[in-house]
Amino acid sequence: MTTLTRRQLLQGAAVAGAAGAAAVAVPSVAEAASARARQPGDVGLLYDSTLCIGCRACVTKCKSANNLPVDAMNINGVPYDAPDDLNATTKTVIQVAAQGDRFAFVKRQCMQCLDPACVSACMIKAYQKGPDGVIGYDQSRCLGDRYCQIACPFNVPKFQWSKAVPVMVKCEMCRHRKEGPACSEVCPRQAVVFGKVPDLLAEAKRRQAASPGKYLARIYGEHEVGGTQCLYLTAADVPFETLGLPKVDGTPQPHLSTSIQHGVYKGMIAPVALYAAIGLAVWRNTRKGDEEKKP
Amino acid sequence: MSHAPATPVGGKLTTPFFNFMALVALAGAAALVVRFAQGLGAATGMTDGYAWGIWIALDVVVGTALGCGGYAMALLVYLANRGKYHPLVRPAMLTGALGYTFAATSIIVDVGRYWGIWKIPTYVAWWNFDSALLEVALCVMTYVMVLWIEFSPSILERWRASGTPGQRSFAESAGPRLDRALPWIIALGLLLPTMHQSSLGTVMMLPFSKMHALWFSPLLPLLFLVNCLFLGYAMVVAESTLSSTGLGTRRETRLLGALAPTMAWVLILFVVLRFGDLALRGSLPAAFVAGKYAAWFWLETLLLLAPAVVLLGRNARERASTQFGAALSMLAGGILYRFDTYILAYDPGSGWSYFPSALEILITAGFVAAEVMIYLWIVRRFPVLSSATPAESR
Repeated sequence: MTTLTRRQLLQGAAVAGAAGAAAVAVPSVAEAASARARQPGDVGLLYDSTLCIGCRACVTKCKSANNLPVDAMNINGVPYDAPDDLNATTKTVIQVAAQGDRFAFVKRQCMQCLDPACVSACMIKAYQKGPDGVIGYDQSRCLGDRYCQIACPFNVPKFQWSKAVPVMVKCEMCRHRKEGPACSEVCPRQAVVFGKVPDLLAEAKRRQAASPGKYLARIYGEHEVGGTQCLYLTAADVPFETLGLPKVDGTPQPHLSTSIQHGVYKGMIAPVALYAAIGLAVWRNTRKGDEEKKP
Repeated sequence: MSHAPATPVGGKLTTPFFNFMALVALAGAAALVVRFAQGLGAATGMTDGYAWGIWIALDVVVGTALGCGGYAMALLVYLANRGKYHPLVRPAMLTGALGYTFAATSIIVDVGRYWGIWKIPTYVAWWNFDSALLEVALCVMTYVMVLWIEFSPSILERWRASGTPGQRSFAESAGPRLDRALPWIIALGLLLPTMHQSSLGTVMMLPFSKMHALWFSPLLPLLFLVNCLFLGYAMVVAESTLSSTGLGTRRETRLLGALAPTMAWVLILFVVLRFGDLALRGSLPAAFVAGKYAAWFWLETLLLLAPAVVLLGRNARERASTQFGAALSMLAGGILYRFDTYILAYDPGSGWSYFPSALEILITAGFVAAEVMIYLWIVRRFPVLSSATPAESR
């Protein structure tokens, strides 16, 4: 897979301009800034892969807090609740990345992007960011078209494929619970911490500074796809890609497509003007009692 | 210059071919029961990784483009004022109306919560203007209606000529009103595909981090627009050739021959835009990395360049078989481009794969069969094809 580099993406703006294609004029792609800056009230999770022991207490507690059924898998004839990925019954999961005889754990759940692709994709706003930045899902607006799944860079929203009346399933940071997310509450090792994002960023940097050489000097989610509210720390010798976190740059996923939508359809001026111009041309070309040109 | 008026083809409807189509349509309808009773997982090969399959990539994304014959011909006849192509407009509008109706119906089958679709056009306050898909949905819904209105003169004509008294009086009162409104409806029929066919390209810009460099492009909207134009022209040629062969109507070789250079230049424009964009952004080397991506990319390119060369030659003006072959190649290349953008180039990460299930394919085949049946019924009963008019009455 030849992935796109940020450079290739940005050069697109130049190409679009060079082609003189009015229909795809891409305004100001060059400043790939996030549409939404971090707010002091934003909440999120900090996951520290170096502290996680893979006990999966978070996965189990998440299921009970969200009324999700088990994802049973038979291991040596014994059924376990053992989801291998996020799915229609699993809003958070612990996965293991093995490298030779070494291994590391990773927790997956919705990243709560600052500029989320799911929110940008959804036709009638079934996904909306709340005042704390958490992306809530409203099933009464959902049509099940699954564009959110196509759009999400982290493959987070999951669809109930086995149901005739399906909904989407994704972590909403336990916004129905007063006491906050269930997963962080039960973590025995402070590997999953819930809090305000500025505090989480400070805590992540504190941990990095406190144990020189232990951590990779990066916080995944600080800048990825324009920033996410869930942040990751990993060991110095375990890159984030090894943990299965996608290699993405700082461009918010919706940046290019929304620039086009806004550029072309702003105030519906361009479409209305185009309609008037086409209408006049057609009217001129069909008047003269031209019976022949009726469709 | 006067054209032969369109006349119904007539003849027996239930030919063995028609009956076979009916069988396929029935099988598709039976498969639909499984999809609606047990959900999408039981009926399709789609997964959380590949959340869109052939119902979106073929039925909707390709299906609407194949319905762009009406759009492509209307551009020539009404905007460029090339009246001589007018006999090709009516059958193209019919194919378009059927193609878009089929695409819109497929969406109802594909979305998980289909009973809420009515909210899209009605809950204006919920509209998300960031979503290219919303633009596609609204435009397609409107354009289905516009296409049937554009085709309606054919129905009114038949009712005026040989309808029941009720049909005749309706046709006589509605006809003149429709005639006055038509220029503005035709203009809407030119605006809407320009908008949603380009937006179908924008739709796949949102997941750019999962897209292969050979298909992702900031020019996706423009490429999809040009692509739907040449697919539209190719459909006009293929449909005309197939009806004259299958229904025994007159061939329109000269008229289609006159269209050949236009088709060739649209193809060349597409290939130049695509290569220019890839080269300028430095993505072209990916076309020389051996593997499935490069293979499909070059197959697409060859399927489009070959007919471009052929259509500029003399044979394309005079020989029906050359025109038909070129049209088939354009269709294959253009369809592949759309399919690849939505399925092949989309990579959700390791561990996921997609292949349509038998039921999924059967439902798509059933829709296509139903579309062919309705086409045959309409052209036999209603004045659509001017090639059905005997030559001496011209």
